Amino acid sequence: MSSPATVKNAETLREVAGEGYKYGFVTDIESESAPPGLNEDIIAFISAKKHEPAWLLDWRISAFKHWQRMEEPHWAKLRVAPIDYQAATYYSAPKRQNAPKSLDEVDPELLRTYEKLGIPLNERAALAGVAVDAVFDSVSVATTFKAKLGELGIIFCSFGEAVREHGELVRRYLGSVVPQGDNFFAALNSAVFSDGSFVYVPPGVRCPMELSTYFRINAAKTGQFERTLIIADKGSYVSYLEGCTAPQRDENQLHAAVVELVALEGAEIKYSTVQNWYPGDAEGRGGIYNFVTKRGACRGAHSKISWTQVETGSAITWKYPSCILEGDNSVGEFYSVAITNNLQQADTGTKMIHLGRNTRSTIVSKGISAGRGQNTYRGLVRIQPKAENARNYTQCDSLLIGHKCGAHTVPYIEVRNPSARVEHEATTSKISEDQMFYCQQRGLSQEDALSLIVNGFCKEVLKELPMEFAVEAQKLLAVSLEGSVG
Amino acid sequence: MLEIRNLHARIADGREILNGVELVVGAGEVHAIMGPNGSGKSTLAGVLSGRPGYEVTEGSVLYQGQDLLALSPDARARAGVFLAFQYPVEIPGVNNMYFLRAALNSLRRARGANELDAGQFLKAVRAKLKLLEIGDDLLQRAVNAGFSGGEKKRNEIFQMAMLEPKLAILDETDSGLDIDALKLVAGGINKLRAPDRAMVLITHYQRLLDYVVPDRVHVLSGGRIVKSGDKTLAAELERHGYAAYEAA
Ligand SMILES: Nc1ncnc2c1ncn2[C@@H]1O[C@H](COP(=O)(O)OP(=O)(O)OP(=O)(O)O)[C@@H](O)[C@H]1O
Ligand SMILES: [Mg+2]
Repeated sequence: MSSPATVKNAETLREVAGEGYKYGFVTDIESESAPPGLNEDIIAFISAKKHEPAWLLDWRISAFKHWQRMEEPHWAKLRVAPIDYQAATYYSAPKRQNAPKSLDEVDPELLRTYEKLGIPLNERAALAGVAVDAVFDSVSVATTFKAKLGELGIIFCSFGEAVREHGELVRRYLGSVVPQGDNFFAALNSAVFSDGSFVYVPPGVRCPMELSTYFRINAAKTGQFERTLIIADKGSYVSYLEGCTAPQRDENQLHAAVVELVALEGAEIKYSTVQNWYPGDAEGRGGIYNFVTKRGACRGAHSKISWTQVETGSAITWKYPSCILEGDNSVGEFYSVAITNNLQQADTGTKMIHLGRNTRSTIVSKGISAGRGQNTYRGLVRIQPKAENARNYTQCDSLLIGHKCGAHTVPYIEVRNPSARVEHEATTSKISEDQMFYCQQRGLSQEDALSLIVNGFCKEVLKELPMEFAVEAQKLLAVSLEGSVG
Repeated sequence: MLEIRNLHARIADGREILNGVELVVGAGEVHAIMGPNGSGKSTLAGVLSGRPGYEVTEGSVLYQGQDLLALSPDARARAGVFLAFQYPVEIPGVNNMYFLRAALNSLRRARGANELDAGQFLKAVRAKLKLLEIGDDLLQRAVNAGFSGGEKKRNEIFQMAMLEPKLAILDETDSGLDIDALKLVAGGINKLRAPDRAMVLITHYQRLLDYVVPDRVHVLSGGRIVKSGDKTLAAELERHGYAAYEAA
């Protein structure tokens, strides 16, 4: 965290203080939706809308059959209102939005929405060096910088387009990391997923810019089920960012995404998330149910997958970005900040599955609870018999603000090879009245003091984010904690 | 500069700790407050700086002509009030320099001055370190985290030098210092004496006052000032103790 960012951050804080959730607006746009409910006809409808090949429809139907036999999981430390899966709508797309060939064809109302969100889709106005794919409800509306990436052989497009244009790649890797029947929500996603992003980086190519997807839920009573697949071929490198917002609505909306990463020999994937879905109001009304399955496979030797997440939004967050360390000498990392304020709940963590020799993993988790928020770290480190000399280091820190919130740490460690070295450290601390007063006595406002302390607490994680997003994340942390002191 | 009239304050359990404090400190003056343990010295410092946990039940405090008690703690700081804590607070994870720059820029903004960028700030830091003749070993660490008692006190004086307050209240900044550190801190305080700056030194020891010669010395006992005098009062207290003023 460099110093100039602080000052700027302090200014921005003042601007946003008292604003609450500022992405809560609704875009007035005509959309085309499937009727509510879930059955094979709806799935066929979605598949047909997207002009999918038969293999994919079959794949969806088989996932649906898995799902029907599965039970909603209840092992997480979460209180979830019952979800009526038949009442939700599984497909919603802005009308007039038939696979735009260029930005000129994108509905101006949509472009304005993204401008309001601070995500310019116009390439010239876009953040230098960040290519953006924007997903609005169920469809991807624009992918910028495509041509430039194309010159290097990098494919970055919507999932739908990947199915049409790069069907073989999709077919080879889809479900290879997160199988259809992996868990209840992954099975649901596999049956009804709408759109998402697809990335392929060819051997030896270092992707020269951050690739970024912006997810936005707009329509009411709609679930969002996006699917992301990233393949880094031998010796390649890619850094990918994901951001999310949703309008403010009184009912809960379901977001069940699946992200699959594949790193082949010597490849590295850095995946960063800034999750700011609508968290619900101060009384816990509304908000997104964020049930996400994210998993990466380090297939090749010396490959590396690094997850960084800043989770500030959603009424409920249930996600465990994981690494399967198959290749010898492969490396998995998980850096996480999760904030729960008001009545938000988060049960998040990671799984590091060590299969190959000399595999290493690092877990740094920072949980911040304020208001009546509940924050659980749940992590699994498993060292399999063939994983000679595997190493894991886990650090789990919890910060409490006020006395009505809770922090919980649930580490599972399974070691099946005696050469393994597994270290786990955990701390819980509280922001004290004395710390706040000390900062205020030096001239910092209450909000600035809180932001300073919280950012200090999280800095090991924030420094893993690309620069522009680190600043954004600092702001979000401050806004999310608004009203939690004083 | 500071005018305290009939100040009464109590703590959460209802006990009245300040019991009619009268104290006037003029610009450019240094006043020492001495008194037995538990007599209310830190409470007075806390009430003046707006520390939570105290309720003022009677009296008034005028600072530069305005009602100090009406301001929030951070507004008081921005108006130039600085408290060197008897027990400086640790803030793990927050870099000392980063903290100080945020604080300084917050004060500068309030004064209508431009904020200092990293380079300008570093220059100012170097100048103050040199003035105070202290090393830069503490700068890269987290605020007070793992500092020794003496290091914490030195850091308080360094912050004071950087923030350039108008009214500095130093609560036992000399306690727990070895003789070299005491000289260093005293030297720092003397360098910061200025015609437009008032200082209130809370101390138990004549020692500090040998180096920093006060304009006035007050004895606080039972929650009020029971005796005031010039610097010779400190020497007298050193010889006879507080017995004569107890439970006044
Ligand atoms: N926040 C508080 N909560 C409970 N009691 C308090 C609090 N602040 C002060 N007191 C009590 O008020 C009395 C005065 O305390 P204070 O800290 O002002 O004394 P002091 O003169 O600074 O003493 P010392 O010389 O030991 O530092 C003591 O009995 C102390 O226990
Ligand atoms: Mg005291």
